[in-house]
Amino acid sequence: MIPASFEYFRANSVDEAIEMMAKYGDEAKILAGGQSLIPMMKLRFARPAKLIDIGRIDSLRYITLDGDTVKIGGLTTHRDLETSNLIAEKIPVLAECAHEIADLQIRNVGTIGGSLAHADPSADYPPVMLALDATVVARGQNGTREISINDFFISPFTTALGQDELLIEVKIPAMKSNEKGAYIKIAHPATGFGVVNCAVKIALSNGKITNARVAFGSFVTVPYRDESIEKFLQEKEATVDTIKQASEMVAEGKDIIGDYYADADYRRNLAKAVFLRVMKKALNLDS
Amino acid sequence: MTAIGQPIRRFEDDRLIRGHGQYVEDIKLAKMVYGVFVRSQVAHGLIKSINTEEAKNAKGVVAVITGNDIKEKVGKNFTAWIVPNSNQVSAEISSRPLLAIDKVRYVGEPVALVIAESREEAYDAAELVDVEYEELPAVANIEKAIQEDAPLVHEGVSRNIALSWQIKNGDVEKVFSEADKLIKQRIYINRAAPIPIEPRACIADYTNGRLTLWITSQNPHIHRFYLANVLGIPEQKIRVIAPDVGGGFGAKIDVYNEELILCYASSLLKRPIKWVETRSEHFVASLHGRDFLVDVEFAVMNDGRVLGIRGQSYANMGAYLGTVSPGVASVLHGLILPGPYRIEAFDYTTNAVFTNTMILDADRGAGRPEAIFVLERMMDLIADELGIDPLELRRRNYLPAGENIQTVTGLSYDSLDFSKVLSKFGEVSDYQALRDYQRKAREEGKYIGIGVVSSIDICGFAPSPVVGAVGLQAGQWESAVVRFHPTGKVTVLSGTHSHGQGGDTTYAQIVSDTLGVPLDSIEVLHGDTDMIPMGWGTYGSRGTSTGGSAVFKAAEKVKEKGKLIAAHLLKLSPEEIDFSNGNYFAKTDPSKKLSIQEVALHANVGWNLPAGVEPGLEAQAFFDPPNFTYPFGIHLCMVEVMPDTGEVKILKYIAVDDGGKIINPLLAEAQIHGGVVHGIGHAMYENIAYTDDGQLLTGSFNEYALPKAHFIPRIESYFTETPSPANPLGAKGIGEEGAIAAQIAVANAIIDALEPFGVKHLDGPYTPARIWKAIHQSNGKNEN
Ligand SMILES: Cc1cc2nc3c(=O)[nH]c(=O)nc-3n(C[C@H](O)[C@H](O)[C@H](O)COP(=O)(O)OP(=O)(O)OC[C@H]3O[C@@H](n4cnc5c(N)ncnc54)[C@H](O)[C@@H]3O)c2cc1C
Repeated sequence: MIPASFEYFRANSVDEAIEMMAKYGDEAKILAGGQSLIPMMKLRFARPAKLIDIGRIDSLRYITLDGDTVKIGGLTTHRDLETSNLIAEKIPVLAECAHEIADLQIRNVGTIGGSLAHADPSADYPPVMLALDATVVARGQNGTREISINDFFISPFTTALGQDELLIEVKIPAMKSNEKGAYIKIAHPATGFGVVNCAVKIALSNGKITNARVAFGSFVTVPYRDESIEKFLQEKEATVDTIKQASEMVAEGKDIIGDYYADADYRRNLAKAVFLRVMKKALNLDS
Repeated sequence: MTAIGQPIRRFEDDRLIRGHGQYVEDIKLAKMVYGVFVRSQVAHGLIKSINTEEAKNAKGVVAVITGNDIKEKVGKNFTAWIVPNSNQVSAEISSRPLLAIDKVRYVGEPVALVIAESREEAYDAAELVDVEYEELPAVANIEKAIQEDAPLVHEGVSRNIALSWQIKNGDVEKVFSEADKLIKQRIYINRAAPIPIEPRACIADYTNGRLTLWITSQNPHIHRFYLANVLGIPEQKIRVIAPDVGGGFGAKIDVYNEELILCYASSLLKRPIKWVETRSEHFVASLHGRDFLVDVEFAVMNDGRVLGIRGQSYANMGAYLGTVSPGVASVLHGLILPGPYRIEAFDYTTNAVFTNTMILDADRGAGRPEAIFVLERMMDLIADELGIDPLELRRRNYLPAGENIQTVTGLSYDSLDFSKVLSKFGEVSDYQALRDYQRKAREEGKYIGIGVVSSIDICGFAPSPVVGAVGLQAGQWESAVVRFHPTGKVTVLSGTHSHGQGGDTTYAQIVSDTLGVPLDSIEVLHGDTDMIPMGWGTYGSRGTSTGGSAVFKAAEKVKEKGKLIAAHLLKLSPEEIDFSNGNYFAKTDPSKKLSIQEVALHANVGWNLPAGVEPGLEAQAFFDPPNFTYPFGIHLCMVEVMPDTGEVKILKYIAVDDGGKIINPLLAEAQIHGGVVHGIGHAMYENIAYTDDGQLLTGSFNEYALPKAHFIPRIESYFTETPSPANPLGAKGIGEEGAIAAQIAVANAIIDALEPFGVKHLDGPYTPARIWKAIHQSNGKNEN
């Protein structure tokens, strides 16, 4: 478990990091918490010639409230999110999600920027970010731009970030008082990564669902929002009946990942079961 | 004060937990170089060429060695178990070349060894070795391998069968024709692996006319014996040291190619060489376990009595025979299959099958878990078929208590008493209440299952004449030295090896009680062939019962010798002396006494000894018990299955085991706990999966799941103590009992939970996906 040799650089600021990225091009990789990149390097699945360590750029590690928007710096750790009072108050489902990631040691160093940029289809954040309508802020040589989370995940381990772009911030609308979020992962017992995961954000008014965002991950190569289910739920009574009907639509027409541990047939069923559980949790329904 | 029976914490814990252990990886020698193996990527293929030029020229590289470089110079790695009357294939076929020659037979087979000044350089250079293969058809699973037209793993054989060994006794035809019912099942127990937390590692140093091998071994003398045989090095020139070893579970019994070739390479280079297995490498380079396919049929009467068993087992040996794997596939499996039950007739053939996979060998239990799994799965099928409660069915079939209970396979149970564990089980569990709860829960749409199994194990390996008769090319007695120092402190040397069991602590307890010496005056040492007497190591739950008994015997000898000296000093005859609590004293006047420490000083200085008594106070003992030990027990597991996802929650786990005399209840319980975790792991999580053509799907901890702490329920462990008459301590082995009982207790509980869906049998691993499939393939009966 020894990586191929590489050169190590430490960036002291965002600008310096961007400069280095431009200079070294695709020879280089950003190193944040290292919790995805280093294991890949040790297995020699990744062999970047140069590492640009952004881990000590403290200005990228923050959680703040700006009006109705929660802003999270790219280097904010899973543990920061799990334990933040602001997150607990404004987006409790995100704290729950961060708590689901790996173990304490890993949560202490792994970052939200690293996880999103890594774009593992079975990671915890992607469906939650989709359900929460997050916006990714990227900065590169040509300045700063915002990417809607809907356009962010392109294919497994590939995102809309450009070669020279750093993920500097994630913006998430604070939950409104009539909104409920929920997230559930069925984990692979070996890794703790998802076999199926699902996140929802539901807006309610007088027992009716006025708006729903429903997102899935882990059983498909790219985590996604299911707009047909969202549309179906719109203006429906928040009842077990409603969600049972909606569950019939889960994973419809999707190409589902299957392996020796959990084949596609099973994962399709599991997605339905998990959707039901998530909805019950969000709507506070007993079966 | 008696130390035996006290729950004393392991002496080694403090050191190991604080990171002060010394494992092979911690050892660094001057001028040491590092080895990395190039391994086969194909399951079966001809080696067309190996280009080592680039690697040899790479920075830091000292040597690159291939099979052809050494084939005339070293022997092959052979199996130490030749099962009599089994048509076992010759050693020529079953032995492994240390590095593949012309052909590879499984993914991971070592093809070349790259040695460099640093580990980093060795890894870099290993990537530059270019091996060209011509792939051949491969076969990875038993069912395919035993077909007539299967690809053959070895030339010179007509089928992929390594051996077939039959056990037959009683009038099988008669009981099968007279039985009320015949119950038949094919059962597959999936492949898993022992997976110690420390992977394998070794350092070979053949630089000064002697070979020293530091190695992660459960049995250093067996390694020494192999080095002498395979490499032709005189045995007295070899020193094998097994320092701190981070778990074995069977994976470190075997003598592997890596250490043999490293020793040879060190003799060539005259430099010490280190190799440390990577975590992923372990999955292709260290032995696997289980992987048994069994077809059995039970002849039963309507009242539940089992009259006869017949069938066949097939064990997937992998591409070559491991150090003891022929015995795992046959003797250790077949002999215990009738378990604790009275069976009149038995006809069972065990087969060992070659495939293009990594070698299978002893994985905590080694053949016995597979036997008890089959037996207890069948008992549940029978209970279900006859409508008899599973525990009641077992009760109706138990062999009687006794000291010479002959089984249908010829074992002699010398301290069986199921009534004891039954009554303890009754005390600690309200079995009927659990069944009532299950019934009620089912009415509420909850799927609760209960597995209640009886198990028995063959332990203690020992006795040597018996293991010799069934083909093990080794002895199985054990040795010890107990040595008093002039200051009255004691060193104990043992031929066994403690790598997690806590032998250092239990042996000290035995010596403390025998000699009346405080525990902190006793040091137990093991693991260095230059220091300890010949011994056979630790496996097969033999440490305490066999190794501990050798320690006890040596301590007794010391005590007897001390008595001669004490009598002389007290001016009495030895017959007039008694010994207790560390003092020799006059029977008639206990105030006339000498402590054993005082006697030790006299013995060591030798100024005033009785005529004919040698100086020194130490003794060596060898112990070969007259019988195996047979721990037995009842385990109960209660689970809830979630029908929508197939997830399983373990609600309750109770273990009641008869481990004979318990030397240290804390460590005994720890062994049961560890074993149960192992069994839960093998039942629910652990799975070594190959594609049909021999590519490994579970090559790292990304795919292979070990149970994590939060997967494990509270385990309630209780003991009964029916002493074994086969050793002076009365101890039985308990290292494997937990693993044996738990795998099937969990399996039976899960299958029981699926009963409302019409599921009668399901093979493991019991993963959510497989359970959900079983529910939904049962024609939707009782679906909610
Ligand atoms: C044992 C283990 C268990 C785990 N379990 C889980 C789990 O259950 N759920 C889960 O979701 N994750 C899990 N993870 C992954 C973990 O969440 C990682 O921390 C995360 O995926 C990567 O974050 P990082 O900061 O460590 O990124 P790094 O590993 O440093 O980087 C990952 C990738 O992102 C790039 N990158 C990093 N930061 C940026 C940035 N700001 N801008 C642009 N590119 C960037 C890097 O170049 C690299 O390609 C686990 C990891 C381990 C080791």
